[in-house]
Amino acid sequence: MTPQALRRRPARSPWLHVAMVPVTLLWLSPIVFVLFVAVRSYDDIAGRGLGALPASFTLDGFATALTQGGVLRSLGNSALVTVCAVVASLALSSCAAYALSRFHVPFRRTLLLTMLAGNLLPPQILLVPVASITAALGIADTLTALVVVQVGFGIGFYTFVLHGFMRSLPDEVFEAARLDGAGAGGIFWRIVLPLSRPSLAALAALATTWVFNDLIWAMTVLRTEAKFPVTAALLNLQGGYASAWNVVAAGSLVAAVPTAIVFFLFQKQFVSGLLVGADK
Amino acid sequence: MSAPPTRRRLARVPLLVWVFLLVPLAAELFWVFWPAANSFSLALTRWDGIGLAEPVGLQNFRDLADDPIFLTALRNNVIWVVGFGGLSVVGGLALAVTLNRPGPFVGLYRSAIYLPMVVSLAVSGLFWRVMYAPEGPVNAALGALGLESLERQWLADPAVALGAVLVAAVWRQVGYIMVLYLAGLKGTDGSLEEAAAVDGANAWQRFWRIVMPQLRGVSTVVFAVTVIDSLRTFDIVWAMTRGGPYNETQLLSTYMFQQAFTTGNLGYASAIAVVIFALAIGFIITYLARQARTED
Repeated sequence: MTPQALRRRPARSPWLHVAMVPVTLLWLSPIVFVLFVAVRSYDDIAGRGLGALPASFTLDGFATALTQGGVLRSLGNSALVTVCAVVASLALSSCAAYALSRFHVPFRRTLLLTMLAGNLLPPQILLVPVASITAALGIADTLTALVVVQVGFGIGFYTFVLHGFMRSLPDEVFEAARLDGAGAGGIFWRIVLPLSRPSLAALAALATTWVFNDLIWAMTVLRTEAKFPVTAALLNLQGGYASAWNVVAAGSLVAAVPTAIVFFLFQKQFVSGLLVGADK
Repeated sequence: MSAPPTRRRLARVPLLVWVFLLVPLAAELFWVFWPAANSFSLALTRWDGIGLAEPVGLQNFRDLADDPIFLTALRNNVIWVVGFGGLSVVGGLALAVTLNRPGPFVGLYRSAIYLPMVVSLAVSGLFWRVMYAPEGPVNAALGALGLESLERQWLADPAVALGAVLVAAVWRQVGYIMVLYLAGLKGTDGSLEEAAAVDGANAWQRFWRIVMPQLRGVSTVVFAVTVIDSLRTFDIVWAMTRGGPYNETQLLSTYMFQQAFTTGNLGYASAIAVVIFALAIGFIITYLARQARTED
């Protein structure tokens, strides 16, 4: 919108805030209430009810969830899986996107759309065979299996997004590099990857939240509780501490913190990652 | 530089580039397309995962047609697509239009609306379990407003459980839809709307006649993504109710998962997965077609 257009518009009415303040508070209320529950003591909750405002403040819920509840250990599993899966899938996807965007590979359009289609499939159609494949490969119930599955399922989408970006890189840069005698690998490493940093960052932010927040793949591939990522571990915690709401609430909050940090650090990249495919 | 030499040079695809392409492609073929193909053949068998799969033809699908839980799950999934999709699109679009122009606190409002998106679906489910607990904040708030008659065991009452889970899912989805529409609105032509305003069109008419047609591209993506997401929905239901009480919140995905990994009917579960696929494929193609067009 041009500055002129902005100036011509009437001043904002206070009604925006009259409407939005309650909506915002309502929207934040589940998070706020869970926070209230997490810092209350067990006796306070048992005595005055879950819906009451806090009359006590204790971090016992967090301590129990992190140690006995195993949230700390499962956060470690989640972090390991997330880092490996995001790095591996972005590395593979950048290679594929480079090949498809800068070279006349036969049927490249079909290949690209097929790869994207794989990511759009409902995971349910893959679960049973994936479970038996991991068993056949002897990697059932390992974090390795979870990483490879996440990589295999994710690369289609990441390749598609990176392809869109890489094909828009100016041809002149490539011509200049070729005249300097750079090969396909050199161009990829020294030119394409550095120039693709913005879209790699956006995808990394998005992929981190996806992998970290996953539940269904973890439940399909893993059986041993000690290997569970935080999402699956929390559901068990909820079973084990059914009446200890402060522990469940504290564990849930802790599980939300890492992705919240990614979100606030990379808010711009995160939003641009979400917009992929919708901004045209 | 003339075009022909460039084309000739690009036509030679170096070996390294083939490796670049084929390794990721092989990974996806092995972990996505090969399992997907397997599901189709498993759907025609009875298999407990231990012995050999026994071919039964289309018997699984005939059994599905008579399975009351499957039919409940199917009905719930339709309610889910309409309810979850409808509420989050209406909510997200309304908020996007409201928060489109910058101003004091607008950034704050937007952040609050899309904050739930960073919380995983599983954790959102746990948050809302706290909200819906018998003595929890929702009932306490109703009591404080003098609406005691509306208080109930939200997740244990078959009549309201699905709706309760749906509200939690919408809470998380609205921000996503809002972000998509905010981006779409940024791309609309403000002068068209001004011209219509000068011609005497009111805000409502301007929105439906001028703004919405310009958002058609975003709407297609939102529509396809929402339906695909609805058919995949698993985490939040599993975290909140596991399909209960009495299978009243069962969706196709949760029932499929239960059949596969709790009951161990892998062939039957694969048949449910095939049904999910069949329902999703049209929307997948819609989405792909749109993406293919933007690739040109």
